[in-house]
Amino acid sequence: MSDASITDIAQAEQGTSLWHDAWLRLRRNRLALFGLGVLVLFITIALITPWIAPYGYAEQNLDLGASGPSAAHWLGTDIFGRDLLTQIMYGGRVSLAVGFIATAVALLIGVTWGAVAGYAGGRVDAVMMRLVDILYALPFMIFIVLLMVVFGRNLLLLFLAIGAVEWLTMARIMRSQVQTLRQQEFVEAAVSLGLSPTTIIRRHVIPNALGPIIVYTTLTIPSVMLLEAFLSFLGLGIQPPQTSWGLLISYGAETMEEYPWLLLFPGLALTLTLFSLNFLGDGLRDALDVRGSRD
Amino acid sequence: MWRFIAYRLLQAVPVILAVITVTFFLVRVAPGGPFDSEKAVVPEVKAALEAQYRLDQPLLTQYAAYLGDLAQGELGPSFKYPGRSVNELIAAGLPVTAELGLYALLVAMVIGGLAGVIASLKPNTAQDYLPMSAAMIGICMPSFLLGPLLVLVFGIYLDWLPVSGWGDIPGDKILPAITLGSTYAAYIARLSRAGMLEVMTQDYIRTARAKGLPEWQVVTRHALRGGLIPVVAFLGPAFAGLLSGSFVVETIFQIPGLGRFYVQAAFNRDYTMILGTTVFLSTLIVLFNLLSDILAAWMNPRLRTQFSEH
Repeated sequence: MSDASITDIAQAEQGTSLWHDAWLRLRRNRLALFGLGVLVLFITIALITPWIAPYGYAEQNLDLGASGPSAAHWLGTDIFGRDLLTQIMYGGRVSLAVGFIATAVALLIGVTWGAVAGYAGGRVDAVMMRLVDILYALPFMIFIVLLMVVFGRNLLLLFLAIGAVEWLTMARIMRSQVQTLRQQEFVEAAVSLGLSPTTIIRRHVIPNALGPIIVYTTLTIPSVMLLEAFLSFLGLGIQPPQTSWGLLISYGAETMEEYPWLLLFPGLALTLTLFSLNFLGDGLRDALDVRGSRD
Repeated sequence: MWRFIAYRLLQAVPVILAVITVTFFLVRVAPGGPFDSEKAVVPEVKAALEAQYRLDQPLLTQYAAYLGDLAQGELGPSFKYPGRSVNELIAAGLPVTAELGLYALLVAMVIGGLAGVIASLKPNTAQDYLPMSAAMIGICMPSFLLGPLLVLVFGIYLDWLPVSGWGDIPGDKILPAITLGSTYAAYIARLSRAGMLEVMTQDYIRTARAKGLPEWQVVTRHALRGGLIPVVAFLGPAFAGLLSGSFVVETIFQIPGLGRFYVQAAFNRDYTMILGTTVFLSTLIVLFNLLSDILAAWMNPRLRTQFSEH
């Protein structure tokens, strides 16, 4: 091989970082891009809903009642004459917020727990992971229903309860990552430089374990949103006057015989979001090549 | 193998104890006593009621007494339906929920397993993409949306099937079973596809082919057993999912099963009922997880030997 080609390769190598590579791979995945697009759109709409919603949130028109899609009400109205598009936009704010905030709670607990267990090793690790095993075996759906009954149906508790359920897998993934990483030379080098475990975990371990965490986070959000919708459907989640997609689906199911659009449109919004998140998660998994590095 | 079973059994005991303890104390710290709503209750009557339900005793005594009751298989009375015990409600609801769960599981295994295996035989062709796209829809379409949609199309517009009930009209079990089973069919399709793809690259499959077996025999006699291990391991978690799924499906189709009792108890704040059902359902779930783990270990020779060597 000539010198020139070696320099070429070196330059090409320099131009692509791990993240750049991943983005190039993700860009070729049409479904993942579609998912990303839908998500960006929905999140943007959710953020600016108060300014762009066609009607006021509590605005009723009892004379109109339930009406199908029309020029004035694109997605129709419910039995109180409330604009369905407005309801879905405000409901989306709650559904997405639950999804993202509860996932953030899970992320924080899970990553910290897994990183500490994996880094400490030995007896600390055994005790911490045994606890995860035990919690894993608990029927959490039933416990969330129980929590909602015992502590009343408030939104903050819903975030915490769902987050408290979803951190377990995150902890397991993080731990196995850390165990692999701490045997690497650069971590050994950091140890011998006298850096504290906290610094090492923050500066060296977590950044290198980001791939699997990002992928799993993307896949956790839809399952959290599903959980919220499930609870709201049963009447144990979001309570009026607030609304969410699950609650709208629940109302829609009650009157679907006469007014099917009240079921179809909220259902479409939820399904489309879940689709997008799952596609994006699968795409990211391929792009970041996570499967190979798992366990 | 026995070592593995004993180990997993030992693990299950603290889990069940933890469930009982956590549920008991959670229910006790819940705001408001169970008889607070009836404002007209005479203080003596209230005292008598509380004595009957042991609410006048210290918390730890109540806890010990409850554990004693449980040891005798007594799950406690219902606050809201005087004279009915949790045991009676479970006896009435469990057979219904078990039947529904069984049909749903059948739907899930047959449809999901077939779709996954078929997809895995020709990866990255239409034969793969079609069932896997359907599986993605199945995963993203929650049962509380699918159920009403199925009712709308098959029950109301087409008028082919009954829209609610259980065992009253012929065919009224079809829609609930499909609604509950579809999500799991989707998961099983993905798991069995992945499992089969991995198994098909193994040496023993090449050996089976080399000795001249036709492809369908290679699949049915050699690949399936290994390829379906992930599915069997998934059955434990799926069982827990089916139970909580029955909350929704039994509510939609008005089926008098355990799931609907539980949701109603949650609505009525019937604390003893919630406590009893939670303990019962949790124990059931833990036991099923145990069973599916043991079954998966038994199907996987590598795991079996790994544990007998320890």
